[in-house]
Amino acid sequence: MTSAPISLAHRRSIGERIIERLLFLAVALGIVTTIGIIAVLAFQTVEFFLEVSPIDFFTGTRWSALIKPQAFGVLALVSGTLLVTAIALVIAVPLGLLAATLLAEYATPRIRTLVKPILETIAGVPTIVLGFFGLNFIAPQILRPLLGADNIGTFSALNGGIVVGFLITPLIASISEDSMRAVPRGMREGAYAMGATKFEVIRKVVFPAALSGIMASIILAMSRAIGETMAVVLTVGTKPQFTFDPTQSIQTMTAFIVQISIGETAQGSLEFKSLFAVGATLFVMTLGLNLLSGWVVRRFRTVY
Amino acid sequence: MAAAAPAAGAQSRFEPALMRRKLTGTIFYGACVASIGLLLLALMALLADVLVRGLPWLDIDFLTSMPSARPARAGILSALVGSLEIGLLVAVLAFPIGVAAAIYLGEYASDSRLNRLLQTNISNLAGVPSIIYGILGLAVFVRLLKLGPTVLAGALTLTLLILPVVIIASIEALKAVPNAQREGAYALGASRWQMVRQSVLPAAAPGIMTGIILAMARAIGEAAPLIIIGAFTFVQFVPNPISGQYTVLPIQIYGWAVRPQDDFQGVSAAAIIVILALMLILNALAIIVRIRLSRHIQW
Repeated sequence: MTSAPISLAHRRSIGERIIERLLFLAVALGIVTTIGIIAVLAFQTVEFFLEVSPIDFFTGTRWSALIKPQAFGVLALVSGTLLVTAIALVIAVPLGLLAATLLAEYATPRIRTLVKPILETIAGVPTIVLGFFGLNFIAPQILRPLLGADNIGTFSALNGGIVVGFLITPLIASISEDSMRAVPRGMREGAYAMGATKFEVIRKVVFPAALSGIMASIILAMSRAIGETMAVVLTVGTKPQFTFDPTQSIQTMTAFIVQISIGETAQGSLEFKSLFAVGATLFVMTLGLNLLSGWVVRRFRTVY
Repeated sequence: MAAAAPAAGAQSRFEPALMRRKLTGTIFYGACVASIGLLLLALMALLADVLVRGLPWLDIDFLTSMPSARPARAGILSALVGSLEIGLLVAVLAFPIGVAAAIYLGEYASDSRLNRLLQTNISNLAGVPSIIYGILGLAVFVRLLKLGPTVLAGALTLTLLILPVVIIASIEALKAVPNAQREGAYALGASRWQMVRQSVLPAAAPGIMTGIILAMARAIGEAAPLIIIGAFTFVQFVPNPISGQYTVLPIQIYGWAVRPQDDFQGVSAAAIIVILALMLILNALAIIVRIRLSRHIQW
């Protein structure tokens, strides 16, 4: 993207051209990966749909892959995933945005160097560790004493949602902070000059101006929560059911894929093939959200 | 930055209900501080819980023994070696490909439709859930290329997973190099590759290396894709990189955490301490590398 100010045209040797081709090959690997993912998912999903009707798959609310009689209503898994995601967002959106505001608007450079590592550490913890924390701490030490051991078990959508919310908070905080920082100082000073307090400047000037980035961060975090696996596997249980009760044990799409992979499932069996159909559903949902977040940034970006 | 307030106590038309408005602001600031406090508290609770459970199980024997059905004799040697093998292989594979792709997108690509598509494709790949890469790896590396459930297949899968991250970080590092650096090289008669190789890359090296090391940490912490492509939870020997079974730390942690006995939760916590220590070492390494490599860079 950078061009020389003085172009020595036609001086490119063969070696130069070979190097450029090689570099291009590395980028092309990305396209091959994308095609590979789509081809694998599409091919195996079609095989699954030869045995199970897509209508039953997409509209059914009972999922029982391992226990006969089998049922493949993916809504049972989708609802579990969305329930966990919704709880995660309820926790992560306020926490992430408040943390981002503190970093972008209030913190002195010294405070920043203290606070930023907290978020970076949370973002860097392997998600299996957060699952362990949910299983061994949040459920027995917080949720069950608080809500009553009769009302909530060790495994629940709420437990999974809290853990996932914790792990997507840094994502929301860091993208939102960047977009709040990008708001020009002059806009803030204009508001101050008209007598606004600091909070009014943040709420009426900075937030609206940074809204495209904030929205994008929330959508990306949602996509991340939907695809999160190990933290969920240890916390939500293995009971696929169509419910929106957060105290219930459920199963997400990702947790089902792990359950099938770790078990003794025969590779040609129908339940094994269902793994790919669930994977394809997951892929389409996350890809849709990722594209949406890119669109939001382009469409609603404020140009200063 | 504070609003230029008129003389204290003055009640002009420009500051109606100022006290109340300032109070709202203070409450909001309190909420911001509280949110960080809550995050810090949760992080502390996590670390404390893991340390209290895990430390009693953590000793040299734990690091040098194989997993066992008896918690007291269980160790993580096979998982630790498996994780290090995977981490190193991923770094070796992702480094050249990632940097090459970043150089193309950052230094060569013109603003054409194709190149914008390539760039968008990379950022979309960065958002694909890791478990989907597991499904890809299962179909392509394990089955199609017949590598089987080996360390090599796992490393190739994780390489594809972290490549977008490496590429994006490297492009950022290249972008941070000032244009004068490139123009200077051209002025001395360098070709484009000579300019990149001798002028831009050394200046971008600290950022690129940091990106690679952090990506390596991410690969070592990943479990989901490896479960799909057949890593095991119970491996009684040091894994061979290209053949035979293997396990890695996060999967070992998972394997112990799903057991009901309290002792296995302790062993699992001990393994968590080891993986967190590994992350800490890699992060420290990233900082050291960045400082050392950027010592001679000035602009």
